[in-house]
Amino acid sequence: MQFKLPLFPEQASKIAPQVDALYLFLVLVTTFFSLLVALLILFFAIKYKKAPGRKAEQIHGSTLLEIIWTVIPLGISMVIFLWGAAVYFHIERPPANAMQVYGVGKQWMWKFEYPGGQREINSLHVPTGRPVKITLISQDVIHDLFIPAFRVKNDVLPSRYTSVWFEATQPGTYHLFCSQYCGTKHSGMIGEVTVMKPEEFESWLESGKAEGSMAANGEKLFQQFGCTTCHRPDSGARGPNLEGLYGRPVRLQDDRVIVADDNYIRESILNPNAKIVSGFQPIMPTFQGVVSEEGLLQIIAYIKSMGEQQGQPLNNRSTPTQIRDSEVPNIQQQMKQNSKQKPSGKQP
Amino acid sequence: MSTAITAVQPQVMPAKHYLNDNYGIRSWLLTKDHKRIAVLYLISITFFFFIGGLFAAMIRLELLTPAGDLFQSDTYNKLFTMHGINMIFFFLIPSVPAVLGNFVLPIMVGAKDLAFPKINLMSWYLYIGGALFSLATMVSGGVDTGWTFYTPLSSGFVRTHVILMAVGILIVGFSSIFTGLNFIVTVHRMRCPGMTWGRLPLFVWSNYAASLIMVLGTPVLAITLILLALERGFHIGIFDPALGGDPVLFQHMFWFYSHPAVYIMILPGMGVISEIITCFSRKRVFGYFFVAFSSIAIAVFGFVVWAHHMFVAGVSVYSAMVFSLLSFAVAIPSAVKVFNWTATMYKGEVSFETPMLYAIGFIGLFTIGGLTGLFLAALGTDVHIHDTYFVIAHFHYVMVGGMVMAYIGGLHFWWPKMTGRTYPEGWAKLAALITFIGFNLTFFPQFILGYLGMPRRYHSYPEEFQVLNVLSSAGASVLAVGFILPLIYLLWSMRYGEVAGPNPWKATGLEWETSSPPPTHNFEMTPVVTTEPYAYGDEEGTVVP
Repeated sequence: MQFKLPLFPEQASKIAPQVDALYLFLVLVTTFFSLLVALLILFFAIKYKKAPGRKAEQIHGSTLLEIIWTVIPLGISMVIFLWGAAVYFHIERPPANAMQVYGVGKQWMWKFEYPGGQREINSLHVPTGRPVKITLISQDVIHDLFIPAFRVKNDVLPSRYTSVWFEATQPGTYHLFCSQYCGTKHSGMIGEVTVMKPEEFESWLESGKAEGSMAANGEKLFQQFGCTTCHRPDSGARGPNLEGLYGRPVRLQDDRVIVADDNYIRESILNPNAKIVSGFQPIMPTFQGVVSEEGLLQIIAYIKSMGEQQGQPLNNRSTPTQIRDSEVPNIQQQMKQNSKQKPSGKQP
Repeated sequence: MSTAITAVQPQVMPAKHYLNDNYGIRSWLLTKDHKRIAVLYLISITFFFFIGGLFAAMIRLELLTPAGDLFQSDTYNKLFTMHGINMIFFFLIPSVPAVLGNFVLPIMVGAKDLAFPKINLMSWYLYIGGALFSLATMVSGGVDTGWTFYTPLSSGFVRTHVILMAVGILIVGFSSIFTGLNFIVTVHRMRCPGMTWGRLPLFVWSNYAASLIMVLGTPVLAITLILLALERGFHIGIFDPALGGDPVLFQHMFWFYSHPAVYIMILPGMGVISEIITCFSRKRVFGYFFVAFSSIAIAVFGFVVWAHHMFVAGVSVYSAMVFSLLSFAVAIPSAVKVFNWTATMYKGEVSFETPMLYAIGFIGLFTIGGLTGLFLAALGTDVHIHDTYFVIAHFHYVMVGGMVMAYIGGLHFWWPKMTGRTYPEGWAKLAALITFIGFNLTFFPQFILGYLGMPRRYHSYPEEFQVLNVLSSAGASVLAVGFILPLIYLLWSMRYGEVAGPNPWKATGLEWETSSPPPTHNFEMTPVVTTEPYAYGDEEGTVVP
């Protein structure tokens, strides 16, 4: 048994001091009000202890006091709300330049893969001073990636990608937990995050070079599953051209316009009829149960790389589905309208 | 409403009361008397309280050491699942409403019984039916989904008796719908002459508010469990993405009931506290209207905060903000209640009989429990402490420090009314003190554990968490003593306790105007109410408006 009694976990990310500051403020508020109530009760209990010859003084209440002790807690809780929301916005919104890592949770282990193809199990290496975004998916039940030293966590769903991002500040080794109960060995679904200085991290990445990058492996899968048969960059193709697709707006058959992100591409592979691109037939078979979650991530990495390889995002042979740059502002406007009409639902 | 009773002359038991009106097992199992049904409920939920407690004891034993060395992982997972299910569905939800509420609510409003006595009996049989399913599940190996039954784990992965347990909870859910329905109709239709809405005791108001949630919320739980069983039994895709479902949908449906259920559990306890604080301060409640109205506000707001259980479950940033804001809103009426109870003691004649000790303990512990809820409602801190021991500590401060303290306090308060005899005051005070100390020792370290990052539902844990876990387990053993003591002396008092007389606390309220134990139809004559509630001090004529 270790006889040390820390009150805070280590602060190893940029957000950690901000979370701790809010936490400390809450501890102060809680302590103040708990002590206030406790001391008042103690004081009343002693001062107004039942004594012969003294009768209770009957008081019905005081609207002024009621207003005071409604408005003051409301004011304080609004401050906490806004402060908490501000920190949450920071935690939930990864910066665009974040380094990508992919994570797959399964009963009961964590698998991580870097774009270069390096893989790890129950262990994650990250550099200091650089935002890292981990895109997460579960192969079976709901898990949750929790790194206490970074003050971040997010559920890992089997249905769509979620993410966790952080910017590590302190080199060291920290806990990585699964914090959503996931069955028998839930408490064994743990690992370590190793934070390294950027140069050390680069050399670690080099030493771990695998058989090929994620995109390269994705390309192999793309060939293997025969995706190229339909998704060709020519006008007679039966499937939409995927070059430069990633991150771009796509018009669907029902005139909705959505952005082709990780979740859209994943859904289009597993459930192709969910969103049919305008001008195409629903003829693609499902690949549910055929491609592993790692394979899907690799294919997405490949599709992502297809535009980058071209040097320019869109080519001239764009099919009716794809949208020229000049159209983008219009479409963005249309998307805004769409989102106004349908404020809820995960499929905009 | 006050009766002048002189405590000088020894009290005698009334010749005829609800306990000796009839004898034999049939007279109990087929009774339509709300008081006897309350006693049936008391026996049943006490059984489940100690079963649930036994599971808790085993959990704390396992967590003495970092390694998972006492039980297998699967066994440990079953222990915390069965602890949660038994404590929530078979103890906490029925505790105050079905035992204390069933017993005193009709008497408080001056009625002969609840509006639907047969439905009341039916409610107990449904409880027993659900309980049998729960027992069958335990005997046949238990369930290891966690009491939250998250999909797709529960619907497609675990190999335990999920459907059996779900059916048990479904059935017991109807028992609470029936109790709620009965309370609502009774409060609307059965009040005696003069018992206006503004004269209702606060215990009635808070049970009324809880009943609204029971009737409106519990059907959603039933639907959720049926869908879960359909998916598990017939592979109809609703929640499991492999079958085309959405796992997060389950969480929305589950918490739409299970968050308001928290208020089903705490609101009736708050009502108990309002009764006790006024009685042992010899004072009117401070701000009657605000205390009564805050119960309704809690019931209403309670329905629109469910997604605060899901801030890290992949909900959008904006919906998280809305639910965070609403969660802060629901904190306000609870704060109002705490301030009003405290103010009620001001310039009172405060005495410290056992119920008052529990009530004071409630205010302190509920305040901590409520305020730590702010940490979880605040989005920025929730991300870190979600699904850690901080959450465990928070809801045990509300559920045990709050509701269980209120229930045991209320049980002591109305025990003389229920049995006609008083309990041994010295032992009872000792038990209250032990409970308070044991409780804090058990659960306070868990706040720190949670912030340090110890996830909940962990069978084994890193070594640096051991000191706090040992403290917590030590506290649990003290707490166990605090819970077992009342069981012993309350049973003892049924035979050897002093005869209490109709109003041992010299309290106001119609339940104290009838004999102890009350006659089968509660009153010799239909009472007529002429004064406001908590008219303490009226006899002395010292009312200050």
